[in-house]
Parts: sequence; structure tokens; C-alpha cells
Amino acid sequence: MTALQIALTAVAVVIGLWLVVLIVAGREPNDWLYGALGLLELGLIAQLVIGLVRLGGDHEGVNVAAYVGYLVGSLVILPAAFLWSVGERSRAGTGVLLVAVAVIPVLFLRLHQLWTA
Amino acid sequence: MSEQRPSTRRGLGRILVFVYGLFALSATARALVQLGTQASKAPVAYSLSLFSGIVYIVATWALATDRRRIALVTICVELAGVLVIGTLSHPDDIDRASVWSDYGNGYGFVPLVLPFFGLWWLWHIGRATRSGSE
Repeated sequence: MTALQIALTAVAVVIGLWLVVLIVAGREPNDWLYGALGLLELGLIAQLVIGLVRLGGDHEGVNVAAYVGYLVGSLVILPAAFLWSVGERSRAGTGVLLVAVAVIPVLFLRLHQLWTA
Repeated sequence: MSEQRPSTRRGLGRILVFVYGLFALSATARALVQLGTQASKAPVAYSLSLFSGIVYIVATWALATDRRRIALVTICVELAGVLVIGTLSHPDDIDRASVWSDYGNGYGFVPLVLPFFGLWWLWHIGRATRSGSE
């Protein structure tokens, strides 16, 4: 994995633990948490840019369409989760954010597999 | 209070809809990549891959809008799909042609578990609705 992916995984883990605490305590996410999600999304946008730049270099054997698909698709997940979760202020609504944050490292693994294939 | 009426989109259903949405996205994107870049390699398998994406899209929409009959039908199709494709496919078939290949092994077997959870949820909400209207 790239340094950015490792850093963003760490951010995702911290946000995930934060969400677990909120769910257990029955509290709603605050602006700090939404800010952290925004930071993670910015990181994903940076990853898209870096990923596209990498494709400019040597990428023998890489499934380019799938690779770009994962890079672009990853941008949709957090905004969609945010919009869907604010529609219901409850533990389940917060749980939606937790699922979304948990998916991000899985996408990094996929991207890593696609790049090193 | 119509707000209190049981709905497939509330409570755990909120999370279920989101997970279905994730699979709608991944299955459809995957099929489009396959069909867009190498359609002639395995047209039938890739069309099936697209079919799975459409099934997830319809299921997501039906669960999100409390359309229970459509949700029931699509989830049954999804269950049949993952069982049939899972049984017929080999682990190394054409880059694992769809999310249902090998019972969804490439996706942590979530595609296999999801329809069972969806059916349980519809049953649970149906029961809650009936007991609420009595």
C-alpha cells in the first residue's frame, strides 16, 4: 500500500472507533466527526489524483479500467453515507457511517491488489 | 403519527439499504468495466454480472422506499442468483465474473449473507406492521 493509503487507513480506524463510541453512548455525530469524514474524503480525492499520475508511468499488467473505477467509485461512498445517515438521527443512522468508513480500507486493499497484479 | 409506522428504511433497515447500495455500486461498476473493456471475452458471464448489478439497484430502491413486494421479489432473485452462480462457478473462472461467483468469496461472502438478512428484515417489518395495525 502507498503511504497515503496507510495514513488514510489510520484515519478511517480512528473515525471508526469514534463512531463505535457514539453508537454505544447513543449520541449523535458532531461537527468534529463530520470534519474528520471530510478530511478522509479529501484524502481519497488526493489518492485519485496520485493514482491517475501513477498511470502515466509504467503500469504493465494493471487492469486500468478497474483501477480507475475503484479510484473514482471510492469518492461516492462517504458523501452517500453522510446524506443517508442524516435522514435518520439514530444509532442506525450513525451505523451507516461506520459501515462506510469500514469499506474504505477494503477499497485500498483492492487498489493495491490491482496495482501489483 | 405516520412517522412511527414501521418501514423497511428505518432502524436496522437504514444500514441494510446502505449495504445494498454499496453492492449496487460495486456490482454495476464491475459489470460496466467488464463490458466496456473486454465484452467479447465472456459476453454471457458479463451480462449476468450486469444483471446482478440491476438486481441490487432495484432492491436498494425498493428497501429505501418501503416497497416491500418488489423488495421481496428482488431479494429472492438475488438469493437464487448467488446460490446458482455460486454453485456453477469455479473459483478461478474468467477473473470471477460477478459478485455472486464462488458465493461472493471475493466480497467476504457478504453477497451470500445479505439476501438472508434482507428476507429476515422484510419478515420482521411485516410482523411489526401487522401487530401495530391490530
